[in-house]
Amino acid sequence: MKYIVCIKQVPDTMDVKVDPETKRIVREGVPSIMNPYDYYAVEEALRLKERFGGTTIAISMGPPQAEAVLRESISLGIDEAYLLSDRAFAGSDTLATSYTLSQAIKKIGDFSIILCGREAMDGSTGQVGPELAEHLEIPVITYVSKIINVAENQMECVRLLEDHYETLKSPLPVLITVIKEINEPRLPSLKGMLKAKKAQIPTWTKQDIGGNDAQFGQDGSPTKVVEIWRPEIKKEGKIVTGEPDELAEILFQELKKLGVA
Amino acid sequence: MEIKVNKEKCTGCKICVDVCPSGAIEIQNEKAYINEKCTLCKLCVSECPVNAIEVIGEEKKVSTLDLSKYKGIWFFAEQKKGKLSHVAYELLGISLKLARTLEEEVCGVYFGSKGEDAAKELFGRGADKVYVVEDTSLDEFRQDIYVCLMTELVKKYKPNIVLASATMIGRSFLPQTAARLKTGLTADCTDLAIDPETKLLQQIRPTYGGNLMAKIICENHRPQMATIRPKAVEEAKPVGNRNGTIVRDDFTSFNATCRVDLISKQEVEQTIDLQEAEIIVSGGRGLGDGKNFDMIRKLAKLIGGAVGSSRAAVDAGWIPYPHQVGQTGKTVKPKIYIACGISGAIQHLAGMSTSDYIIAINKDPNAPIFKVANLGIVGDIFEVIPKLIQKLESK
Repeated sequence: MKYIVCIKQVPDTMDVKVDPETKRIVREGVPSIMNPYDYYAVEEALRLKERFGGTTIAISMGPPQAEAVLRESISLGIDEAYLLSDRAFAGSDTLATSYTLSQAIKKIGDFSIILCGREAMDGSTGQVGPELAEHLEIPVITYVSKIINVAENQMECVRLLEDHYETLKSPLPVLITVIKEINEPRLPSLKGMLKAKKAQIPTWTKQDIGGNDAQFGQDGSPTKVVEIWRPEIKKEGKIVTGEPDELAEILFQELKKLGVA
Repeated sequence: MEIKVNKEKCTGCKICVDVCPSGAIEIQNEKAYINEKCTLCKLCVSECPVNAIEVIGEEKKVSTLDLSKYKGIWFFAEQKKGKLSHVAYELLGISLKLARTLEEEVCGVYFGSKGEDAAKELFGRGADKVYVVEDTSLDEFRQDIYVCLMTELVKKYKPNIVLASATMIGRSFLPQTAARLKTGLTADCTDLAIDPETKLLQQIRPTYGGNLMAKIICENHRPQMATIRPKAVEEAKPVGNRNGTIVRDDFTSFNATCRVDLISKQEVEQTIDLQEAEIIVSGGRGLGDGKNFDMIRKLAKLIGGAVGSSRAAVDAGWIPYPHQVGQTGKTVKPKIYIACGISGAIQHLAGMSTSDYIIAINKDPNAPIFKVANLGIVGDIFEVIPKLIQKLESK
């Protein structure tokens, strides 16, 4: 059994500060982190290996710096990692990204389960998983909350779908995207950190993974961002201060006016 | 295409460093340098005060499709147990808005039982045509089947635009459909428009955790596809008795099979439907502890509201995820939204700032939540809310 986890390095968007004067996002010192949802995918791959045996592999597409998240995955227990990095991948939308990942996964070959986080924290599209499954021509199950069993040629799992859960049985190989509920990610071990420090992480370029030139990077991306701006948030509200009693009274009157008290 | 800094013009002012959403610009020897993180978004180009950032080389424009053959605005009319979901009306609403500029037919696409009833509902709110694939088995969402049906219908009838709601169903099957059709898909849009000149679909969505808005187009591929955030756009209103065309395709003609078997379904015990609630009382980090949500629940109950929360409260394990409002939770648009002890991180604002009336209670007068509040109460929630609860109880 070979379990491949796709991870992404993202800016730590939750720490973004906006300069109150210039209204600009303050980027300096904002660290890059592993996409928080990907920890659940990494953890689940490790648990699959513990339960059913096999090898765990992590891959990431990104700039050379993205190697850091792969190294982190090794510190958590992942066996091997590959970085997909090439200037030719720049400007990839989800279709080109998923194509690039699929070429790397085909190169690794002989895989049983591909794991992705439900979405990345920066773009929040959640599209790469299902699109990747299509490039690999394997079934996809999104929003998986539990893996019940993995046998020779099939997997049984539970997935969330809006207001209910479904128990599903899929042949292998399969791609799943996982939600927080699935597990509690572990922390890196000392042994893992030492291993991560020494690990060789090969970088694969477009040439290494092969494929159709027209499907990589900006050329392979049907969608194009034509404009980016900061949302204007403004509302002419009133702000009141005072003693707790007064404030509670103001609230009470306001709720009365709104017809709910 | 490449983006480069003209070192002679660059003054090293660092504006571009702050502007870049990808952190791809560094200052080296007092000049800006664009590194490998660049995603070619070009945001820096217009922000540079001395026009030192240049776009080099043109983008390739290759289209093997005859784009003019693709006509019509399609929306996927999601159903639950054979009854149309409210998101179908939202998609119809935005489709009708697009049709005003685009002047093309607005068509629903319906998979499930009771196709005729669904079609009539949609005609009654302004749809021109409804493509129906009817079968009781389709009341259940099955990824492979839905992808197969949508792909084959698109190939057969060639729509210009295909929309689905960004529900778990839409977000699951539309990406795979787009990949099979080898076209673009924009996730989680909050608004759509038609460029009056090019007639292209402009897809507007928040990105980078709601810190930025992006406008995205799909120029050379068809159909132009997007998922739309639930509650982000207005529902189409009933317009009286209208007729429309039902186009039926026989389910068996698709030979659709599903590789994944459904073994069983477990309904979740009545979770809250935040998106349907007219009043929401939300708690955040300021509560300090999960048990303090009791106060929020009490207040919500007294005024007939549902309980929401910020991401911080969910991450701390104080309340389960279905209560989360924000970019990575639910987008809500209630009549009244009361934020208690929520600072108002942009990711939270992205999910609630369009509520009709917002009340914020926070002890920090500089909390960003006050920027979107109609009424901001600067005070300690542990002092103000119990007193408010007293007043509500004794009225």
